[in-house]
Amino acid sequence: MRQILSFIQKEFRHIFRDVRTTMIVLVMPVVQIILFGYAVSTEVYNVVVDVVGDMTDPEVRRIVERIDANEYLRIGEVLPSVSEIEGRFRRGSPKAVLCFGDRFDSQAGSGKGASLRIVADGADPNTAQTVTAYLMGVLASEQMEMATALTGSSGPSFSPNIQLMYNPAMSSSYNFVPGVMGLILMLICSMMTAVSIVREKEFGTLELVLVSPVKPFWIVLSKLAPYLVLSLVNYVSVLLLAHYVMGVPVNGSLTLLTLASLVFVGSSLGLGLLVSVISKTQQTALMICGMGLTMPTMMLSGIIFPCESMPAVLQAISCIIPAKWYVIMVKKIMIQGVGFASVAKEFAVLTGMMAFLLYVSIKKFKTRL
Amino acid sequence: MEEKTVMIRNLVKKFGSFTAVDNISFEVSRGEIFGFLGANGAGKTTAMRILCGLSKPTSGEGTVAGFSINSEQEQIKRHIGYMSQKFSLYPDLKVWENFELFGGIYGLNDKEIRIKTDSMLKALSLEDARNMYVRDMPLGWKQKLAFSIAMVHDPEIVFLDEPTGGVDPVTRRNFWETIYDAASKGVTVFVTTHYMDEAEYCDRVSIMVDGRIEALGSPAELKEAYGAADMDGVFTRIAGRGAAGQ
Repeated sequence: MRQILSFIQKEFRHIFRDVRTTMIVLVMPVVQIILFGYAVSTEVYNVVVDVVGDMTDPEVRRIVERIDANEYLRIGEVLPSVSEIEGRFRRGSPKAVLCFGDRFDSQAGSGKGASLRIVADGADPNTAQTVTAYLMGVLASEQMEMATALTGSSGPSFSPNIQLMYNPAMSSSYNFVPGVMGLILMLICSMMTAVSIVREKEFGTLELVLVSPVKPFWIVLSKLAPYLVLSLVNYVSVLLLAHYVMGVPVNGSLTLLTLASLVFVGSSLGLGLLVSVISKTQQTALMICGMGLTMPTMMLSGIIFPCESMPAVLQAISCIIPAKWYVIMVKKIMIQGVGFASVAKEFAVLTGMMAFLLYVSIKKFKTRL
Repeated sequence: MEEKTVMIRNLVKKFGSFTAVDNISFEVSRGEIFGFLGANGAGKTTAMRILCGLSKPTSGEGTVAGFSINSEQEQIKRHIGYMSQKFSLYPDLKVWENFELFGGIYGLNDKEIRIKTDSMLKALSLEDARNMYVRDMPLGWKQKLAFSIAMVHDPEIVFLDEPTGGVDPVTRRNFWETIYDAASKGVTVFVTTHYMDEAEYCDRVSIMVDGRIEALGSPAELKEAYGAADMDGVFTRIAGRGAAGQ
């Protein structure tokens, strides 16, 4: 026991003596969560919308005022003609232009209907799509009111009332926080573990430890233990940040979430160990972790791109990435607030991965000695 | 009969069809400084790994510090010290922390570690360096320190794997005084080296060629047998013959 404790103590010293390592371990998670939570946001605020049309027209004015009152949209300039639109887009100020036809009010009142066009800046398709949707929403409610005013009845017999379950505000941090949690835990566990073991290989100190009477299994364990502890610290800090700063709810059981995270941490430690077995230099280990673990995790685990819209081949590949299963579970538990039964499949898959990775990597580690 | 710390009989180690160690036998007495020489790839490291309990022989038997190399590897590890060519201390740990770590690994308690640290630093006249980071120490200090730490648990035999690689002659001479000192206290020293002047310092020397021990004896005996003026001449003659025979 004393042997193991000496080892673990030494491992912590390694981590906190090296400024870079300490930064990666303690600061990076916070920076990442804030970056992803705030800077990398797919939400749209205060988007400028220009108008082409007759501002003396009462109906046009009503619509324009409605848009201006919307918290996501802001009216920019009133352009004299459609020929100005391109110039305005090129200067980048408005994201969409609303073009009203001539005599909009009277035409709208007549049976023929009025002409109205939304021109959006497709150079930025995400924003264009969101803005168009907002504008359509504003116009639909205006249209309903107009119909009511004209016919006296309640207008169209139905109008869809869209409600987003679990994330009513469409906040993108709901999407990013589970992803970033997966990413951080994986980085800390796999990369740091791999690098710390390979560094000892490079220095030749691993040899010294191996000729000592400490059994290889315990050496592995004492190498993994500090990163397990640190990843739990990170787990807690990310969760606190997500909840109290980003406002992401924790609807499900915290115990279940922690359990799922532990299993994921276990599989990441296994991955890190595996990388340390196959790489000879720290550089190789970093490359393998960066290109082989972090990139696929970012791209394929549904953190940025939804798995469902990937080609079949990539979907198949995404199934062998532990982070994918973890992120699915975190989303379900944190945001939907489901119980164990609903994540049983993901939990089983991840547990299987953890067992496999730890078994293979510890076995490999021992035989390589 | 003289006490033997190492006894090896017909040791063979094969990797697939390649024979790295080809039927070697030798004995090392207590308190002896035994030089283990050979060109790169002659099988030195493989043989030494077996003696340290890191790998098992394909066939043959032997004991190190009284424990079988086939079945008591854990016991062997407990009773040997090891120092390798790279300074096997943690550079980002302080001197006393290295003592604490290796003392802990070899099962010493806090009090024993404290006593050992004090006495060893004193013997090296490095008391003031206790709080220094190992990476900031001069090479000569590091080496002596690494040797001391390899001996922190009072092993019966200490294995030195090219302990003086990349070190100037004065520091090397200095280091050898530390080795003599240990040997005079009854510690067996098993050392591999590339420096032939160091071979002269050994009580006995073995020279490995292609997995076999081609020559074994005191430096004086070997020089006489091979008609060479120094160990360098002996080594070139033996190792050169091996290379020509390939």
